[in-house]
Amino acid sequence: MPILHAVMEDMGYVDPAAIPILAEELNLSRADVHGVVTFYHDFRQTPPGRTTVRICRAEACQAVGGRTLEERAKTRLGVGFGETTDDGAVSLEQVFCFGNCAIGPTVQVDERLYGRVSPEQLDHLLEVTA
Amino acid sequence: MSASDDVVIVYVPRDSAAKSVGADAVAAGIAAAADRPVHVVRNGSRGMLWLEPMVEVSTPAGRVAYGPVAPHDVEGLIAAGMLDGAEHPLRLGPTEEIAWLRDQTRVTFARVGVVDPLSAEDYAAHGGLAGLRRALSLTPAEVVAEVTESGLRGRGGAGFPAGIKWKTVLGAESELKFVCCNADEGDSGTFADRMLMEGDPFTLIEGMTIAAWAVGASEGYIYVRSEYPDAVDTLRAAIDTARAHGWLGKRVLDHDFSFDLFVRVGGGAYICGEETSMLDSLEGKRGMVRAKPPIPALEGLFGKPTVVNNVLTLGSVPMILADGAEAFAAHGVGRSRGTQVFQLGGNIAQGGIVETAFGITLGELVDGYGGGTRSGRPVRAVQVGGPLGAYLPTSQFDLPMDYEAFAAAGAMVGHGGVVVFDDTVDMAGQARFAMEFCAAESCGKCTPCRVGAVRGVEVIDRIVAGENRSANLKLLNDLCHLMTEGSLCAMGGLTPMPVKSALAHFPGDFGTTTEEKR
Repeated sequence: MPILHAVMEDMGYVDPAAIPILAEELNLSRADVHGVVTFYHDFRQTPPGRTTVRICRAEACQAVGGRTLEERAKTRLGVGFGETTDDGAVSLEQVFCFGNCAIGPTVQVDERLYGRVSPEQLDHLLEVTA
Repeated sequence: MSASDDVVIVYVPRDSAAKSVGADAVAAGIAAAADRPVHVVRNGSRGMLWLEPMVEVSTPAGRVAYGPVAPHDVEGLIAAGMLDGAEHPLRLGPTEEIAWLRDQTRVTFARVGVVDPLSAEDYAAHGGLAGLRRALSLTPAEVVAEVTESGLRGRGGAGFPAGIKWKTVLGAESELKFVCCNADEGDSGTFADRMLMEGDPFTLIEGMTIAAWAVGASEGYIYVRSEYPDAVDTLRAAIDTARAHGWLGKRVLDHDFSFDLFVRVGGGAYICGEETSMLDSLEGKRGMVRAKPPIPALEGLFGKPTVVNNVLTLGSVPMILADGAEAFAAHGVGRSRGTQVFQLGGNIAQGGIVETAFGITLGELVDGYGGGTRSGRPVRAVQVGGPLGAYLPTSQFDLPMDYEAFAAAGAMVGHGGVVVFDDTVDMAGQARFAMEFCAAESCGKCTPCRVGAVRGVEVIDRIVAGENRSANLKLLNDLCHLMTEGSLCAMGGLTPMPVKSALAHFPGDFGTTTEEKR
């Protein structure tokens, strides 16, 4: 997994073409490597958008309006979770908990975490990225 | 002011929760706006998260707190004399005297928010290493006995006695043994592991080193979820520092004892918080749950005897060794000994970390410490113990927080997370979400969990739609029973808990049918 994380960091995704190479190097079958890549939510197999927006969907954020943010982001971007806008600007992803449960709802834009996100602030965050 | 010429020490948390509401900008603002030399320490958070970013200033009379400080408040605070601890509407008074903090019993979290998390000198100056030094003066069996006597139980959720687990590993014959820390804190409403790792990482390192000495392990891994990048960075830096100081490595504290520690990052899979699934993931595989037996204590990581404990369990160990088992066991009630780090989250006015002895009631936590909802509306439901924990109504607020009392009420303390909902919550929606979450996060190994969760979503939808309601309610009950009894691990086994508790306490949210109306 450290290798896959390194690939993600360098490339932004795990190109399916890399799987046979990794399998060869690690003396594993291609199925083994494919199995691991597809098991974990973190390892995507397509290039991500220029910005990745992650919205927490777990209970603590739901209790303070997380579901409104989910719907608002989907509507504004015109994509669902796990999808990227047509212009390649933004990938929208769901996350179950950032451990920021006392001051949610929580949204992450690339590496940066935002707490107590209001619908207006979400709009602002999405505008800046677009 | 005589202090004007001296460097003023200002504390601005580096905790990722504080950063999510602007702590970095506040820290930069203070450094830029200060009218005299300041030294900004990026400490952990004191756990009063509704006051973040909370700035502390070191004064001759102790540390004085201000919060919540927004970046645009900084200039006004400096002008008002914050660096001398002066009055201001945001001034909270001396940190130690804030009632919310003062009334707690900080044991595991004693240093969090107080020290610079990455300063080895600070750690040692605040009682760090005392536990490890004492442990190394005892035999491994004596250390295990001490932990057993303390009554420490696994803080990850299951509540298994730590001493018994360690004894099994100590007794296992093997050239190679491991200590693994489960830091895959995926439960919503829990963030104590993260705050300990970000705020006092050396405590965890010390606890793991003591565990390694006690069971004869030479290698340890901390499995941290990828959603916690700051915790990963902090731990890696702390481990490097610990190695440089001889706290880890070939000769720990100059004893004939070698132990080294590594951080591994998860892949965003909730199930990897289950210990056997975590071990598979550490081995580089899909995080599939293993059937037990064999238990990890005998055949764990790479088939070797392995201690697997949660962050807070291992983080409590240094204090137990430093102050003795009795001091720890003096806290708590019944078979729930010591303190528990409760975490208040969701729709709560004053959310954060409340470390206190077991036995405090749910109501004291939510209404007392928490101050009710953030929205100001009445509390309707509280979920305790993460996504697999029960939803409880306010009529159960007199329930004491202890493992047995909660189990008797059909609920669980779990990792100590408490998530509050106000009266706008739709409990049928929350029950559906529990099933949906299980369907998304199931490892897929056993059928009750993999298929049951999908069917659960469908059945709840039918019930809410009023379709064949009585029959479907019976079906849902059957399904819950099957999942509880037939699943390999807690994921499938406990998903029915939030579903059934929502149904039991809030039946009105699941719609009514024509049959019942008649």
